Amino acid sequence: MKPAPFVRHVPRTLQQALAMLSQLAGQDGRILAGGQSLVPIMAFRLAKPAHLIDINEIAGLDRLDSDGTALTIGARVRHAAFHGPAVDNPLAALLSYVARHIAHYPIRMRGTFCGSLAHADPASEWCLTAATLGATMIAKSQRGEREIAAADFFEGIMSTALAEDELLAEVRLPLLAADAKFGFNEFSRRAGDFAMASSLVTYRVADGKISEARIGVGGAESSPRRIEEAESALNGQPPGDPAFRAAALAASDAVDPLEDHQTNAEYRRDLVRAVVRRALEHSLT
Amino acid sequence: MNAPTKGSHGDALKWVGRAIRRLEDPALVTGQGHFTADLAATHWVRFVRSPNAAGTIGNIKAPDGALVITAADLKAVKKITPMLHKFEYKAVGQPILAEDVVRFVGEAVAAVVASSEEEAEDIADLVELNIDASMPLVDSRDALANGAPQIHIEAPGNVIVKGTVKTPGFDGVWASAAKVVKIDARSHRQNATPMEARAAHAAYDRTNGRVTLTCTTQMPHLMRTAIADLLGMRESDLRVIAPDVGGGFGQKMSLCSEYVLLVWLARKLKSTVAWTEDRRENLIASFHSRDQYVTLEGAFDKDAKLLALRADVVSNVGAYSCFPTTCGVEPLMAMAEMPGPYDVRHYQCLARGVLTNTCTMAAYRGVSRPIITFTIERLMDKAAKAFALDPVDIRRRNLIDKFPYTSATGLVYDEATYKETLDMAVHEIGVPAFRARQKEARARGRYLGIGFATFSERTGYGSPAFAARGMAITPGWETVHVSVDPSGYVEARIGSSPHGQGLRTTLAQIIADELGIPPDLIKVIHGDTDTAPYGWGTFASRSLVISGGATLIAARKVRAKLVKIASHMLEAAENDIVLEGGHAKVAGTDRTVSIASMAREIYTQAHRFKGELEPGLNESGTYDPPGTFSNACHVAIVDLDPDTGFVKVERYLVAEDAGRIINPMIADGQVHGGVAQGIGNALLEEIVYDGDGGILTANLADYMPPTAHEMPNIELHHIETPSTQSITKAKGLGEGGTIGAPAAVLNAINDALTPFNVEIDIIPATPQRIRAVLREAEQAKKKIA
Repeated sequence: MKPAPFVRHVPRTLQQALAMLSQLAGQDGRILAGGQSLVPIMAFRLAKPAHLIDINEIAGLDRLDSDGTALTIGARVRHAAFHGPAVDNPLAALLSYVARHIAHYPIRMRGTFCGSLAHADPASEWCLTAATLGATMIAKSQRGEREIAAADFFEGIMSTALAEDELLAEVRLPLLAADAKFGFNEFSRRAGDFAMASSLVTYRVADGKISEARIGVGGAESSPRRIEEAESALNGQPPGDPAFRAAALAASDAVDPLEDHQTNAEYRRDLVRAVVRRALEHSLT
Repeated sequence: MNAPTKGSHGDALKWVGRAIRRLEDPALVTGQGHFTADLAATHWVRFVRSPNAAGTIGNIKAPDGALVITAADLKAVKKITPMLHKFEYKAVGQPILAEDVVRFVGEAVAAVVASSEEEAEDIADLVELNIDASMPLVDSRDALANGAPQIHIEAPGNVIVKGTVKTPGFDGVWASAAKVVKIDARSHRQNATPMEARAAHAAYDRTNGRVTLTCTTQMPHLMRTAIADLLGMRESDLRVIAPDVGGGFGQKMSLCSEYVLLVWLARKLKSTVAWTEDRRENLIASFHSRDQYVTLEGAFDKDAKLLALRADVVSNVGAYSCFPTTCGVEPLMAMAEMPGPYDVRHYQCLARGVLTNTCTMAAYRGVSRPIITFTIERLMDKAAKAFALDPVDIRRRNLIDKFPYTSATGLVYDEATYKETLDMAVHEIGVPAFRARQKEARARGRYLGIGFATFSERTGYGSPAFAARGMAITPGWETVHVSVDPSGYVEARIGSSPHGQGLRTTLAQIIADELGIPPDLIKVIHGDTDTAPYGWGTFASRSLVISGGATLIAARKVRAKLVKIASHMLEAAENDIVLEGGHAKVAGTDRTVSIASMAREIYTQAHRFKGELEPGLNESGTYDPPGTFSNACHVAIVDLDPDTGFVKVERYLVAEDAGRIINPMIADGQVHGGVAQGIGNALLEEIVYDGDGGILTANLADYMPPTAHEMPNIELHHIETPSTQSITKAKGLGEGGTIGAPAAVLNAINDALTPFNVEIDIIPATPQRIRAVLREAEQAKKKIA
């Protein structure tokens, strides 16, 4: 369980990193941030990158700040940065609650938010968060900079819209309305394991009725996404058991379930129904 | 060191029975332990393992200049061929590296030798095996089907071992039954998952041609005997050392072909060669266990008294037979001990070990008993339902309560407390309060369940018990040498090979009471064939009983000699000599002599004892007992989530009786660890093969041992029934935790499922499997509606 040979490069500036990436991407070059997914995969020799471009020494990639409309999260920001409030907005409580479900404490001290998104594991809590809240990805390369909407970013299991010479330099998460409600739930067989299904929901309530519902489902399909059918079942309804059950059932019917040895399609739908309903119930607590 | 207290007999100070801290722990918890993988080596080995479960090996292509060993290099090495002389056992051989054919995914086909682990792995990636794959047999029922391919030509129908038993008059009794209750139980495959995977280091000594094999094993002497046999060496040319061993749980009590190759390589290269197994290799290619189908029927009279049991055991033993126990270890254990703690006079059983294209099966903590206990305890709960009785009541009607008891299979049970531990557990868990809480929870859509498991645990059995299996290698006895050096410091050299059990502490406690000195002046030495007497190792809940007994015998001899020396030096009668506080005293006087002075005297002034005593203070004890039964009642309370199938063990209670307890803290630790593994077996752990014989659970994210998060607090209650079959009065207890937990948890799950009118008899009872039976219930309800 030793990785195949590789060369580690340690750029000091973003420009150096992008230049290296441009040069090495075609020769199996990969970005190393927290390494909590990449390094184990390398140990199993499931990935054998010839070059690792280690961005941990680059100043400025650790920004975590808000301009009043969105929270900007730099490529070096660790999961643990969200244990406490990251911004003066209801989003902080959401991120803090979600972060506690990511793996185990030592992993959260090292793994990064942007790294999770670039890795695009279907079960990732941050991918679900980005998809549900409509994050904007800032991809940088020597060719320039571009913005990618979350809905266009995730392309499948561990596959994104990033070109091989692009670094996911920042992610912008829109702030929530002051009266926004959120709820989160995930299912795994052991604490800290990858979620077999997860759901993040946000909505507002006006005149006793739900509006602006966002219902995201993760771990169930090849990428996390919002489930429109479930959101429609919720919008315009009063928050409570009947609407929550209807939305959960709609989500469960709408997904195209991933299957593996411990989760067949039927069971995955069961789990989606359970996590969506529980995320909605959590929004009331 | 904690101070001793007044003992139960007389005024002697006693160490036995005290929860003193473990003497082995300061080194282990400060990172000072010595493990095999810590050793430096000149050469490192990486095994190239078969990606195919079945097939013919073609031309093996290695990169130019690489040193790659294959079966063609090993023509002079014998195959590992374990043997039983009973039970229609078919001897099959396992080559050290696969020869001509591969029989399971992960079988070692070639060994790359390089100057570092990394380089060896790089080269291994480039070795081409060119295997012509054929369709494998993965499930034992497929292997038993007519016309199934033969995995070994020597075992027609793929049955490698077959045991049958039927008591006289069985059919008549069966026909007289008021009710017959049946269970089809399935236990999926598991891996013992020691924290330290396998590792070996073989060093050639050019001055004398000896090889020292340091390896992580539970039985160093047997490794030496086996490897010397296979390589045609004198045993004296091989030294085997088991240094600190990071857990074994049975996985390290079988001979691994990899270790044989390491010794062969060290001799060939006249150098030092090492191999450290990685977790993936451990999960696919180290030994597996527990892959069984068990059908059990119980015939009851009108009062729910068990009249007869009929069992069919199919144990998937994998591709080869393990040495030394043979693959009979699971099916034959199941056959011998199926009736468990119940009084049943008639019994019929067919137990088969079936070869498949899967990793070889070997012992794992509990050996079959987690499965047969789960099976018979589920049967008891089903029978309770059939007779409309409480699960506790039907057990009370059937548990053994007269001793000694001779079972239908001829096992003699010594005195135990089957009913008493059940009563204790029922009282402590508070059944009426639980039932009220369960009812209230159901009204809120939450499903709680309670499950009981009563069982016997056969422990500390010597060579007659093993001989009953007809083993070509028959383990059983143990020898201990106790010596006092001229400075008065005591050493005990033992043939057992503890690897976490705390034997350095518990044996020191036994000696301390005999010699009247504190345990921290006693060093227990083990795990090195050059310095320890021949012994069988540590497995089968045997070491405290057997090695402990041998220790007591040897220590009593040393004590007797010390008394004689003291009598001589103090000029007093032997009967007046008392050993305590590191001194011999003449009772009722102030005349004393220290043990150190006596020791110095008998070594350096031996002429003064000429004609009366031999020089030195070295005594030996050997013990070979018949065996003794521990027992326990486990209770699990679970909270079952019907939406997801998730089961949380909310409360866990053990009432157990392991005879005299030498160190209560160590005893409790054994139960805690065992229960943790048992809960893992019940809910989480499963090696999953796909139809091609590939393993889908080759890492610790997919193969799921429980973590601290999944563990409930474990409440322990003890009864001590001193064993008459063990000279220390202690019984073994290393496996009970694992034996009881799957049964208790599955009974609790099924109790929780009662309102849905469905049952699950599969371990592990995974959330998906529980949802599947609940979906059946939902669909049945829809049909009715």
